[in-house]
Amino acid sequence: MADLTPAQRDAYWKKTSRLMWIIMVLWVVFSFVIPAFAVQLNEIVIGGFPLGFYMAAQGSLIAYVVLCFWNASAQNKIDEEFGVAEE
Amino acid sequence: MAQAMAKSSFINNLGKIYAGYAGGFIFFVLVLAVLEQMGVSNRIIGYCFVFLTIGVYAYIGILSRTMELSEYYVAGRVVPPFFNGMATGADWMSAASFISMAGGLYLAGYGGLGYVLGWTGGYVLVGVLLAPYLRKFGQFTVPDFLGVRYEGNTARICGVVVLICASFTYIVAQCFGIGIITSRFLDIPFEVAIFVGLVGILVCSMLGGMRAVTWTQVAQYIILIIAYLTPVVWLSYKLYGNPIPELSYGQALTEIAQLEQKLGITKPHVGAYVDAAGKFSWVEFNNFWALVLTLMIGTASLPHILMRYFTTPNVRDARKSVGWSIFFIFLLYFTAPAYAAFAKLEVYRNVIGQKIAELPAWVQNWSQVGGLLTIKDNNGDGILQLGEFIINQDIIVLSMPEIAGLPYVISGLVAAGGLAAALSTADGLLLAIANALSHDIYYKMIDPKASTLRRLTVARVLLVGVAIIAAAVAGTRPAGIIQMVAWAFSLAAAGLFAPLVLGIWWKRTNAAGAISGMIVGFGVCAYYLVGTRYFDMPLWFGIRNISSALFGLPLAFLVTWAVSLMTAQPSKEMQAFVDSIRIPKGELAWVKGVTHE
Repeated sequence: MADLTPAQRDAYWKKTSRLMWIIMVLWVVFSFVIPAFAVQLNEIVIGGFPLGFYMAAQGSLIAYVVLCFWNASAQNKIDEEFGVAEE
Repeated sequence: MAQAMAKSSFINNLGKIYAGYAGGFIFFVLVLAVLEQMGVSNRIIGYCFVFLTIGVYAYIGILSRTMELSEYYVAGRVVPPFFNGMATGADWMSAASFISMAGGLYLAGYGGLGYVLGWTGGYVLVGVLLAPYLRKFGQFTVPDFLGVRYEGNTARICGVVVLICASFTYIVAQCFGIGIITSRFLDIPFEVAIFVGLVGILVCSMLGGMRAVTWTQVAQYIILIIAYLTPVVWLSYKLYGNPIPELSYGQALTEIAQLEQKLGITKPHVGAYVDAAGKFSWVEFNNFWALVLTLMIGTASLPHILMRYFTTPNVRDARKSVGWSIFFIFLLYFTAPAYAAFAKLEVYRNVIGQKIAELPAWVQNWSQVGGLLTIKDNNGDGILQLGEFIINQDIIVLSMPEIAGLPYVISGLVAAGGLAAALSTADGLLLAIANALSHDIYYKMIDPKASTLRRLTVARVLLVGVAIIAAAVAGTRPAGIIQMVAWAFSLAAAGLFAPLVLGIWWKRTNAAGAISGMIVGFGVCAYYLVGTRYFDMPLWFGIRNISSALFGLPLAFLVTWAVSLMTAQPSKEMQAFVDSIRIPKGELAWVKGVTHE
């Protein structure tokens, strides 16, 4: 254990968990909430793409890529703040 | 020492090596294109693509042979995140993604997007919930984690059983895909073709284990992505003068909608949650999100994917590597709907309504591959109607270059890509199964004193055995590729997700809870799958059996939670061990009496 007191450890895990929950909520939004309104979104057409179709075919995928890289960098910041990042 | 030097210079020069390799491959394709123009036959071009690419993989496989355990099981834990991302991409994108997904989109329209979402979004779960912690744990296999966290061989065996059921279903589907490609492009019977493909699988993995599979997978990713993007970019440019298919296929969607009206098709391509009559349907709606959920959770539970993150140098790189993985996967997945749209447009425009006697040669060629394309003149007017043209989703991608009249060299390229996708996934799966048997069953349970040489020999013998059984089962053509693969996801999701996630995120989870959760979750899922598939059991709430995990998964969580609370909490040592997994830096606090590498 990288010399953290129990209190520091709890604080570290609290921050990590918070980040986890934020990302999970966004994951639910892009995976389930937006697709649930596909019928309504399809009324809007941009560049030939009905929006509901576009979100499931491209929009949400872009969001996933961003979420994964964001998670990596945000978690890394938390690690550095608590001095538990690897050398 | 000299070996260590050679190794680090290899890792430092990866970029150059693979850039040179990609350049060489493009050059090879161009040479074949010239040869085609000079009159070399299609058959020879097909042979060149299949044998040359397999030859390259075999070469890498032989170069990467190893007699070290950590090299064999986790590629020495030196794989940089960027390249691990590529390898994961190839490991991940299988015959189902490459060969069948665009075909599924072609047939199902919006409904097929469930696969696109489901097979990408799971990486968010992998990156946030699992990969970094499993990397910190730092052993060889996923059942290793279960065995240590849930203190004993019962949990380990449950893990191995789920792993084998899921991965075996999955690998059979890959052998099936390999059979389709080799039989079409080498012009040999399907049953023989499967075994030719088998040789291709084994040369990559047998000598070098994870190390060889990693470096061939990077090579396979490069070929499969070039092969997938080339025909779509070409078509996009041909149709709309815009080389970016992801932007231009909006126009194709508009044209398809117009042709649908003309041809009297009631179910629009872009229509969300509609039944065959084009009306909104709750059954379709529920099946869509059930499939998305199943595939995403399955992604985060499949051992051949999770074990790729055991190979990065550290925890930070494991996280970053998940980002690169989804990026490389995304490149193919956001192109697939364009592929489907262009194929549909070509068929509606240039195939339907033609005189059957005058259909081009590709119809003839593909009709011969195991009933995957049938044309029947039902009303006897000699003109092809929409209902008389039945194409299987598994050949849309492979046949599209011919349908659209592109040169045959593009067909060969696509075949090479499909083969790369199927081989790379088959290798990853094969390794996951053989490692679970050789490491978790043989070494951990049967003979813990086995020497390195003996362990590696057992691993290789099992690898060959499993591969032969998988190919033999695939020869019986048990179901379509995409269905088999989706079953694998259901089984993995219902059996493994709860014990893995709760083991890390909820310290109170104990062995009794996790084991009963796994048994109930996996049992319910398997019962539903087998019952509905083979015994005419009625569907529950109209949910199709490709989303079987929908019932097993919540039960697995519920049972794990309830049983854990009803029994004693894990020991103080175990809780300290979980704490040490959660923090990237520092040693693991091993529980006394637990053996580890």
